[in-house]
Amino acid sequence: MFPKWFDKWNADNPTNIFGPAILVGAIGGAVFAAALIVTAGNPAQTTSLQTGPRGTGMSVPEFDVVRTVPDPTIEDYYTEEPYVPEGGEDLAKDIYENVQVLGDLTEDNFNRVMNAMTQWVSPEEGCVYCHGEGDLETYGEDTLYTKVVARRMIQMTQNINENWDGHVNAEKQVGVNCYTCHRGEHVPSEVWFKISPVNQASAGWSSNQNRVTSLSQSTSLPSDALEKYLLDGETIAVHSLESREAGVPGGEDYASIQDTERTYSLMNYFANSLGVNCVFCHNSRAFYDGTENTPQWGTASLGILMVQELNTDYLVPLKDTYPAERLGPIYADAPKAACKTCHKGYQQPMQGLNVIADWPELATTEAPVYE
Amino acid sequence: MWTPEYQNIFTQVQVQGTPEWGMDNENNMIDERVGKPFFNTLAGLVGNGQIGPYYWGWTSMVAFATGIAWFVIVGFNMLAQVGWSIPQFIRQLFWLALEPPSPEYGLTMPPLNDGGWYIIASFFLLVSVLTWLLRAYLLAQQHKMGKHIFWGFAAAVWLFLVLGLFRPILMGSWSEAVPYGIFPHLDWTTAFSIRYGNLYYNPFHCLSIVFLYGSVLLFCMHGGTILAVTRYGGDRELEQIYDRGTATERAALFWRWTMGFNATMEGIHRWAWWFAVLTPITGGIGILLTGTVVDNWFIWAQEHNFAPMYDGSYGYADYGSYEAFIGKEE
Repeated sequence: MFPKWFDKWNADNPTNIFGPAILVGAIGGAVFAAALIVTAGNPAQTTSLQTGPRGTGMSVPEFDVVRTVPDPTIEDYYTEEPYVPEGGEDLAKDIYENVQVLGDLTEDNFNRVMNAMTQWVSPEEGCVYCHGEGDLETYGEDTLYTKVVARRMIQMTQNINENWDGHVNAEKQVGVNCYTCHRGEHVPSEVWFKISPVNQASAGWSSNQNRVTSLSQSTSLPSDALEKYLLDGETIAVHSLESREAGVPGGEDYASIQDTERTYSLMNYFANSLGVNCVFCHNSRAFYDGTENTPQWGTASLGILMVQELNTDYLVPLKDTYPAERLGPIYADAPKAACKTCHKGYQQPMQGLNVIADWPELATTEAPVYE
Repeated sequence: MWTPEYQNIFTQVQVQGTPEWGMDNENNMIDERVGKPFFNTLAGLVGNGQIGPYYWGWTSMVAFATGIAWFVIVGFNMLAQVGWSIPQFIRQLFWLALEPPSPEYGLTMPPLNDGGWYIIASFFLLVSVLTWLLRAYLLAQQHKMGKHIFWGFAAAVWLFLVLGLFRPILMGSWSEAVPYGIFPHLDWTTAFSIRYGNLYYNPFHCLSIVFLYGSVLLFCMHGGTILAVTRYGGDRELEQIYDRGTATERAALFWRWTMGFNATMEGIHRWAWWFAVLTPITGGIGILLTGTVVDNWFIWAQEHNFAPMYDGSYGYADYGSYEAFIGKEE
């Protein structure tokens, strides 16, 4: 297809074109890629939140492509300002039957809260989800478990906002309401159940680890960390606080390697729950050293105590109230909460959205204070 | 011009012909060689193309029998843990492990399902590794070689014994031993460092890292140097040792003019050997001291004034805000 002189010239001048072609292609490709990155920006660019002194390497990095993307559940958040009472209104406890919580609210505010709860927990079913299909006269009955649980959850929410202010309002006023956990779902995501032992044909420390589970966060670390630390209240700290210490592993006050792995499992769960890393709270060169911890370590420590109380006083005792399909798959235990149930992978739930300012009714176990 | 033949990751010269049988001297070594030798071109790309014969002998038999026993015990324990499900065994293989006993059993024999199988498997592994070590000695003896490879392997066995035998005994608990599993043994490594207050402040750990990275550096420098003078016969290192030729001269000059000092054809191998064996020797010392002599290396480092303190505050509040980080304001 080429002219004869061209083929002849080629035959007379044999040249290795593959070497130069590969070289030119490689260099050209590299230049093209470099130009693309310079002009369009690095697609994997990260930004870091410094959390400690220079030289310690303490920072929380995040990919820019996800860093500034808002939590998608914020968009669906429903809120409504309270109707400030002028005094003299009838209260919910006088108007309706069987009002055990929220009784000090005016009728307008009571219905405002009720409406919001349907938006937060049962946006499709509405009032029916807790009050049943009956007429308004039947709304005082406690026939559905959902209503009994909801009442207890209101008490829990009030307790969190009132008594765990140091955790939920640590950085600024954020607070919690039903939506913090539920996000429009009947059962909040990231609740947990007991699952250990996870291995067959084994006992002790051989049986509670080395499996891909939701509680091990897909690592081979122990799957019973939440159960032991956030329910049973076992000691999380494992370090010797002196350079030399007497003791036998697993004995009194001398943590074993296995204890350490379980603590690591809990800490890994913490990090995943908040979308952070170790150095958000610790200087990783000395995890135990309080003088090198960040203020967030204190907030998290309060959170541990808070979750223990929520599980022990509120969630576990509801076991007999739930129908079977709400209980755990292995031990038929009540669903329990931990960091991720609220945080859902963010440092502050819903990235620090203030969910309590509009809801003074949920901020206290006493009569609400409107401002 | 673009792809010089000597710039290649594979061996460029392969010799294939009548298989070489090796020495058959007064030790009757040929009696214990097994396997009909053959040539494999792919193997020849990275090493000698001849495969076999292979020295068998009683040490190989014992090492293989006990090694296979260890392997099978570990594997069947993993399989039992997933309820004898082959798909789960394959899916979770890197997560599964045969764990050491729980701490409450101390140095006693635990139940089979809580570390008992681990103790049995470890016994077989101990016999296997020590027999393999003996094999290296006996083979070198038969060849009338120095015992350098035996001592090199012994250095690695020292670290193995520290991890699984010496240190657990000193700690009074088999639970301190390392699990047999892919991810679980890495969990152990991390937990070990965390539990004992950060192993990076353990001076012997520091030394071990120096020798490990030093070994890598020396290996690279030596390999690069020899390949660079292969065209002058530099890869015939032994000849170069007693009859120094132009390859050695050029290699030596290169390094002397690069950094003012150079190894010799003999000395470079002594450097490399010592760096390699000191890696597990110093590492083993560091492990052995951990939990037995020092329980918190960071505090130990503070007491010995080599844990620096840093100026500046802890927590992100002094460096930025969460709101700015997620792009919400400021």
